[in-house]
Amino acid sequence: MSTVTTDGAIEQLAGRAEGEAGAEAGGGAPLRTPLREVWRIGRIRMGVELRQLTRNSSLLIYTFALPVVMLLLFGTIFRGRIDGTSATYQQVYATGMIGMCVINGGLQNLAYAVAIERHTKALKRLRTTPMPAASYFLGKVASVLAATAAQVAVMLLVGVTVMGLKLPADAGRWFTFAWVLVLGATACSLLGIGMSSLIRSEQGSAIVWLPIMVLQFVSGVFIVFSSLPSAVQQIGALFPVKWLCQGMRSVFLPEDFKYSEPAQGWEHGRLALVLVGWCVIGLLLCLRTFSWRGRDDG
Amino acid sequence: MTTALRARGLRKTYGDAAALDGVDLDVATGEIFALLGPNGAGKSTAVEILEGLRDRDGGEVCVLGTDPALADYRWRARIGVVLQEARDFTMLRVGEAVRQFGAYYPAHRDPDEVIAAVGLTDQTRTLTSRLSGGQRRRLDVALGIVGDPELLFLDEPTTGFDPAARRRFWELIRSLRTAGTTVLLTTHYLDEAEALADRVGVLAGGRLVEVAAPDKLGGRDQAQAVVAWEQDGKRREQTTTEPTRLIAELAARFRGEIPGLSVVRPSLEDIYLDLIGSDQEGER
Repeated sequence: MSTVTTDGAIEQLAGRAEGEAGAEAGGGAPLRTPLREVWRIGRIRMGVELRQLTRNSSLLIYTFALPVVMLLLFGTIFRGRIDGTSATYQQVYATGMIGMCVINGGLQNLAYAVAIERHTKALKRLRTTPMPAASYFLGKVASVLAATAAQVAVMLLVGVTVMGLKLPADAGRWFTFAWVLVLGATACSLLGIGMSSLIRSEQGSAIVWLPIMVLQFVSGVFIVFSSLPSAVQQIGALFPVKWLCQGMRSVFLPEDFKYSEPAQGWEHGRLALVLVGWCVIGLLLCLRTFSWRGRDDG
Repeated sequence: MTTALRARGLRKTYGDAAALDGVDLDVATGEIFALLGPNGAGKSTAVEILEGLRDRDGGEVCVLGTDPALADYRWRARIGVVLQEARDFTMLRVGEAVRQFGAYYPAHRDPDEVIAAVGLTDQTRTLTSRLSGGQRRRLDVALGIVGDPELLFLDEPTTGFDPAARRRFWELIRSLRTAGTTVLLTTHYLDEAEALADRVGVLAGGRLVEVAAPDKLGGRDQAQAVVAWEQDGKRREQTTTEPTRLIAELAARFRGEIPGLSVVRPSLEDIYLDLIGSDQEGER
């Protein structure tokens, strides 16, 4: 059989081996995969992840239809202006559903996807190859970003056409939209990978979606946050979902709505801090709990 | 003879139970070595330690010059692993899966040639979830060899194969050996070990109770033979260490053809069952 060499990786391997291993006693110390290899294989994983995503038709229908159906239901049941603001219930629900897309795309789907790959021993098989762990996570991040972006686009379309959502006219609000989305999706992805260890079988996903459902209620995804009891608001404020939705409200709702927020303002600084904090917690959770092998496998 | 794989005093315990209780193992470069043993004998534990998938509790291990517990991507690029039965990557087509895995390795075989070698060319565009059990197993092998490994681990590779598929699979493994690949194989099928392996090791009760060529295992080549024939309408049997002399006597007695003659030495299965049986008694 013939041998194919992948864009100069060999001489890179050889070069790095001499440079780094020489410093360690015996020359046999394990090396980190060079960043170029991580990126090269990461790109391959991204392609694989996106292909798997588009072929999973039942998951696609569920993830795209659920927020649309919920938004249309809420928009039909709750109408009119919210007291003391110029915003409508429909607009508030549209921002809440955008938050839900980020949560579902990152946290819920990723927790499930990683758990399935652990259960089917896909992870164990990958572990036997030179594929670096970082490349695997790059692929997962790409699939989350793609799925989330597509869902959010659908939500914006439905929001604008049916729910009276107004797209922001100024660049500042779009900038806020971008960083809230990226930070929120990153935090949810890392937490999702961390939580995947809780799912022990292909049927065990309830352990993840049930708490997420509760979290969405106390975070003002389904109910206007300011109308929640203050004790519930304080619980919700500990978690990233409340802040994610608040960020989305700051982008899409009229400016006067900020006076009905708990702090009478959008709190962008604190919002960014909380989301970054949850990214760090998620990362630590991943590093501590991630395993290539399932519990039923030794 | 260089050594591809060497283990000394390999130990692994789960709770109070010792899965591996001091295993010494050597596999020479270019050799096909079969690890036999009953379920729960520690085969998979041993193989997964050697593959770098599992930590050990004691002993020394050196695989391709490296301790698998400290191995990095360069070492993983030199081994190929076919795990026990798997149902992963169901959303990918055969060609996509093999190309994906090939691309993880700095130097890899041509994916189409690998697919042809395992006989899946007609299924290149088939989703892996639509493959039959035997086809799926051949895909597993393709994913294990696409990285052009120096050392290939095969954990029960032919479970669920029909006899013809197993013959073809054996041919594939022999062709890999011809190309210089070292193979460590675990199997439940003794005919598979006999057909493929240069040497077999029998693992029982966490210990390697015997290592030998398949035709010499357990003193098989020196074991007593049972010579049977028919005389006066009755079947006669005699156990002997000198079957040739007995047959010459019989030939003289019958003045030619001996009716119903058979010479039976213990099969590999007889020897194997004897080895693991005696070991289990020794444990008690």
